[in-house]
Amino acid sequence: MSTPNSGNLLHNLLLFGRLLRSLGMDVNPGSMIDLVDALQFVEIGRRSDFYFTARSLLVHRYEDLLLFDRAFALFWQHPHRKSAPFGVGERPFPTPTPPNQQTNKPTNQYTNTPIYQIHATRTYSQREILRHKDFSELTADEAQTVRRFMAELAWELGQRRTRRHKMGGNGNHLDLRRTFRHTLRTGGELLKWPRRTPKFKPRPLIILADISGSMEPYTRLLLQFIYSLAAGLTQNVAAFVFSTHLTHITRQLRSRELDRALADISRQVTDWSGGTRIGAALKTFNYDWGRRVLGRGAVVLLISDGWDRGDPDLLRREIGRLHRSCHRLIWLNPLLGSPRYQPLTRGMQAALPHIDDFLPVHNLASLEDLATHLAGFVVRGKRPFRPKPTGAAFVKKS
Amino acid sequence: MHFETIDQLQAALQTQNYVADRGLATAVYLALKLQRPLFLEGEPGVGKTEVAKVLADLLHTNLIRLQCYEGLDVNHAVYEWNYTRQMLHIRLLESRGQQAQDVELFGPDFLLERPLLQAIRHRETAVPVLLIDELDRSDDEFEAFLLELLSDFQITIPEIGTIKATRPPIVILTSNRTREIHDALKRRCLYHWIEYPTFEKEVAIVHAKLPHAPAQLAQEVTAFIQELRHVDLYKLPGIAETLDWTKALVALDQQALTLETVYDTLGVILKYQDDIALVQDATAKNILDRIKRK
Repeated sequence: MSTPNSGNLLHNLLLFGRLLRSLGMDVNPGSMIDLVDALQFVEIGRRSDFYFTARSLLVHRYEDLLLFDRAFALFWQHPHRKSAPFGVGERPFPTPTPPNQQTNKPTNQYTNTPIYQIHATRTYSQREILRHKDFSELTADEAQTVRRFMAELAWELGQRRTRRHKMGGNGNHLDLRRTFRHTLRTGGELLKWPRRTPKFKPRPLIILADISGSMEPYTRLLLQFIYSLAAGLTQNVAAFVFSTHLTHITRQLRSRELDRALADISRQVTDWSGGTRIGAALKTFNYDWGRRVLGRGAVVLLISDGWDRGDPDLLRREIGRLHRSCHRLIWLNPLLGSPRYQPLTRGMQAALPHIDDFLPVHNLASLEDLATHLAGFVVRGKRPFRPKPTGAAFVKKS
Repeated sequence: MHFETIDQLQAALQTQNYVADRGLATAVYLALKLQRPLFLEGEPGVGKTEVAKVLADLLHTNLIRLQCYEGLDVNHAVYEWNYTRQMLHIRLLESRGQQAQDVELFGPDFLLERPLLQAIRHRETAVPVLLIDELDRSDDEFEAFLLELLSDFQITIPEIGTIKATRPPIVILTSNRTREIHDALKRRCLYHWIEYPTFEKEVAIVHAKLPHAPAQLAQEVTAFIQELRHVDLYKLPGIAETLDWTKALVALDQQALTLETVYDTLGVILKYQDDIALVQDATAKNILDRIKRK
């Protein structure tokens, strides 16, 4: 930093800011001005002071710290080892959608604009057949149709009474401010007693999906299901996938296009179709994420077939902890769709006492049932309740 | 009190028995210089709240503290009208045959100042330190309200008007990250993540806070806690736990760690049954052996 030509500093700072922005960090011109301002007060000859100053002004997310460190080390390195600041960090640069999709689209040869095609809806009976067909048996074409139906499902999740109040209604809390206002109008006589009622907010939803080998036939459609769920709900949704270890995929789900989201997820996840260690994955979730995402009466959806190769005691302990720290734990099992299925695997046996609802998720009809079931949690005005853990969780078969 | 350099501030913090590393000292220094709020995040018990307390002591000024919780509203955080006094005032005037005027009823005499308003309307020469503690416990509505306060240091009361701070208070916000705080709020602040301290720094903290603790005990307790932070625990012990444990062992007249006292006092540092069971198993003995060998 102690270059004699200090006129370059501003230029370099702005370049650095641009680099950070291109890495996906939230750096705006305002924060760059602040940084230039701040540098008057610190001894910029001292590398660490310069570093901490820049860091405290430009970073405001823990996740970005590592990215910033790498970019800083690379950008502000000694001029003799100069190299272009490319390939920093792990965040992928935005890539356009694959070209083959665009070339396949029919285009109007005169105006060179794509001709929009309207999908013909299948007949009623076809839809009925699809509704009940197992996800693992769908052809590619049918899967496409199911995807569209999935996006049409309306999702609603229970609401939670918050500690905040709003004006109106006839709640238990007196609105002193308005009471006093009314009193003024009547010359000091208390005639009206306006009240305040509690505010309700939708519960956060946490999704934990198994993507191990045994779940493979379902994985793709289930990810689409998770995507449409996250897109269709207004509240906070956090999603994770696991087979041998847990991966956080909430950021990827925010993408506006399904294909892009799926591509991002497949790049992020390294253990597709691996073995299943549900207990270990839940432990990672409980230890690293539970305290951050399970607050405010969250509902947890756990999607797995229960084929667990890990330690059943660990699974029992961790699912117990998860159960105690959420509002409702729902296990979705694709195998439950088969009439012969019995939850006899060691993993399922260990988990059953800690599950609030045990539901199938193997075809469209089961998803529709799930939507109805979730919407049924909308109990306004009542305190959350949980049925006694009897060991025989609520089992519903379609 | 003014600090010309970061070194000076770091040394001054040390005199208040607060051991701050270079990064934290830089962040605090900049918060003072740029008059920007400082947003501190970190695991529980690493001394986030302490920064504000020490800073207030150092600058010989008031510490105004607002503990956040869900549903915290304007009436508890900013201001409230003293309804009882207002009612009595109306009655009093009535008995004299007079009518109360809005202007006097909603004047400063009947205004109850809550922490945020106190911080904006301070009358002392020294600018107060405003600590907004555990912001992650509050809800979105309160966060949104803070936006106006933190960017312009002003508060609007409908009956009185907008009150603007003549000199903005020093604002420290802390969060344990039980949920993510909105970016809009963080953008208005300087951000610093407080790490668990290194062994040397933690020993220095124990010595600074508990000068009477035997040197060997302090070393061993710190080493033990440092090792524990690498064990797969549900809740890792912070510096607060190191200090509590040392205090407890001093109260028990211990000069050094023994396996027996470790077992007896595990409840001071670990607060989950699973963690205690895990450490009691063999971990405690292994760690203790390793420490003693050094």
